[in-house]
Amino acid sequence: MNIKKVRELVEIMNDNDLTEVEIEQEGVKVRLAKKAYGIIEPTAPPSAHRKEQIMPSESGLKEAPEDGMAIKSPMVGTFYRAPSPEMEPYVEVGNVIQKGEVLCIVEAMKVLNEVKAELSGRITKICVENAEPVEFEQVMFLIEPV
Amino acid sequence: MFSRILIANRGEIALRIIRACRELGVKTVAVYSKADAKSLHTRLADEAICIGNPSPADSYLNIPAIISAAEITDVEAIHPGYGFLAEDAHFAEICESCRIKFIGPSPESMKLMSNKMAAKDTMQKAGIPVIPGSMDIVKNKEDALIESKRIGYPVIIKASAGGGGKGMRVCHNDISLVNAFLTAQSEAEAAFGNSEVYMEKYIASPRHIEFQIIADEKGNIVHLGERDCTIQRRHQKLIEEAPSFSLTDQMRQKMGEAAVKGAKMANYQGAGTVEFLVDGDDFYFMEMNTRIQVEHPVTEMVTGIDLIKEQIKVAAGEKLSFKQEDVKIRGCAIECRINAEDPEYDFRPCPGEIKAINIPGGPGIRVDTHVYAGYSIPPFYDSMIAKLIAYGPNRKQAIITMKRALDEFLIEPIKTTVDFHKKILNNSDFQKGDFSTHFIEKFFTKKEEK
Repeated sequence: MNIKKVRELVEIMNDNDLTEVEIEQEGVKVRLAKKAYGIIEPTAPPSAHRKEQIMPSESGLKEAPEDGMAIKSPMVGTFYRAPSPEMEPYVEVGNVIQKGEVLCIVEAMKVLNEVKAELSGRITKICVENAEPVEFEQVMFLIEPV
Repeated sequence: MFSRILIANRGEIALRIIRACRELGVKTVAVYSKADAKSLHTRLADEAICIGNPSPADSYLNIPAIISAAEITDVEAIHPGYGFLAEDAHFAEICESCRIKFIGPSPESMKLMSNKMAAKDTMQKAGIPVIPGSMDIVKNKEDALIESKRIGYPVIIKASAGGGGKGMRVCHNDISLVNAFLTAQSEAEAAFGNSEVYMEKYIASPRHIEFQIIADEKGNIVHLGERDCTIQRRHQKLIEEAPSFSLTDQMRQKMGEAAVKGAKMANYQGAGTVEFLVDGDDFYFMEMNTRIQVEHPVTEMVTGIDLIKEQIKVAAGEKLSFKQEDVKIRGCAIECRINAEDPEYDFRPCPGEIKAINIPGGPGIRVDTHVYAGYSIPPFYDSMIAKLIAYGPNRKQAIITMKRALDEFLIEPIKTTVDFHKKILNNSDFQKGDFSTHFIEKFFTKKEEK
């Protein structure tokens, strides 16, 4: 069995649309198998799941985030990064914050609610834009614990 | 017409309201608790906002969260559906102060009708017959004894702030009265935070007949006929029908007029229901519900009027598009409330995943439901999963169609009341139309005797 023969086998496989070939000759067994790409997924049962992937609202992450601990909104309201429009934001990406520090404001029914960090760490991502609406438990910050 | 409405509810009624909004060209905002993230109403609304944890107090009864959701989505009106905040005058007031239109009556009408004694008083002033009873709250057991002599046994003691069958006691004599009076007071305190009770004559075998009314904001009030909700279990309705088999045209007219008069007295706006107890040829005002009701589809089927659309239209300031003489009752509609409950085990709720479902169809069938295959019924809310409505040219045909549909209704593997409804529909007394509110009790006893 030499490489030329193996190549021929591969050609035969391709020409005849085979996924697996095994050949034994003079005590040498060669098996060639193609990886089956494009596996057919079982069809979802007919139901209203059609819209599963299409979330009607644009308000951001509903899944668990990939990296870091998530700080989620405790209520429905509007997210503000600073105590007032003229002032600096409470935090920026890269800041190391302590547990209990104020990270942002969520405003609901004209009441400004301070949201405090539940853990200490470094802010790796700010997931909501200033003055955007947030819903209950929407992810606002990702924090890498230190 | 509103451009955007928030639906402060869940399940099948949220879906019902979304459907009406879509047909009216109104955008919809759904709110949902964490337990309802996969609920159908969140998929079909234009926007959906998660407002809190599963418990009703954290979500569907959470006024700040709902108002906040309404503000960030910039809606013009809120439809409260039924249950939850639908009859919460405080919520209606907050909507008003936030300049969001509450789709329903004014807070004043709601407060008036939620106080059972004040409601009776108002109706009496309008010349509507009310159940003979105490003129006011019965303050102590001595007064209770005096009242019972005046009214005549049997009497029923009821919570003034109550409903749903809680804080109620029936007595047939002086011996049981004092104990019943004191127990009713404690139950009322525990259930409603208000121990005030009043007394009424107890009607042994009544029929429960309610009239649907709708009023615009220009003073026009129309009734859309009655519904017979006599088939109940522990004061929870199981089957409703329109029209009522037992009403003569004469009574229908008298009661309809009384319902409209009562609504006028309450300065009512929007959709509402006036409930009566019927005892032979006598009818008595019982209470008024200041919301759209679960069983509204049977009225829709026999009148051809879309009640939810009308509710939204009148709230938007439009005049009622029809007059009393335009309302015609045609045919008969029956509704079976399908609950995820096990009748073999005292109707205990059966939440869980619906793995397979076949929804009935064909002529004369309407199904209002929010469930689908793969949907998990959450344990935090009521157990109703579908309303099955059958329509026919007459009651006999409606029953035939309903029985046929119940046979098609497959829901697995959770236990439901489908088979229980089949048994009721096959019962000869039910078919004859010969029943009072004790039908279900008697129905069960008969079964045990077998």
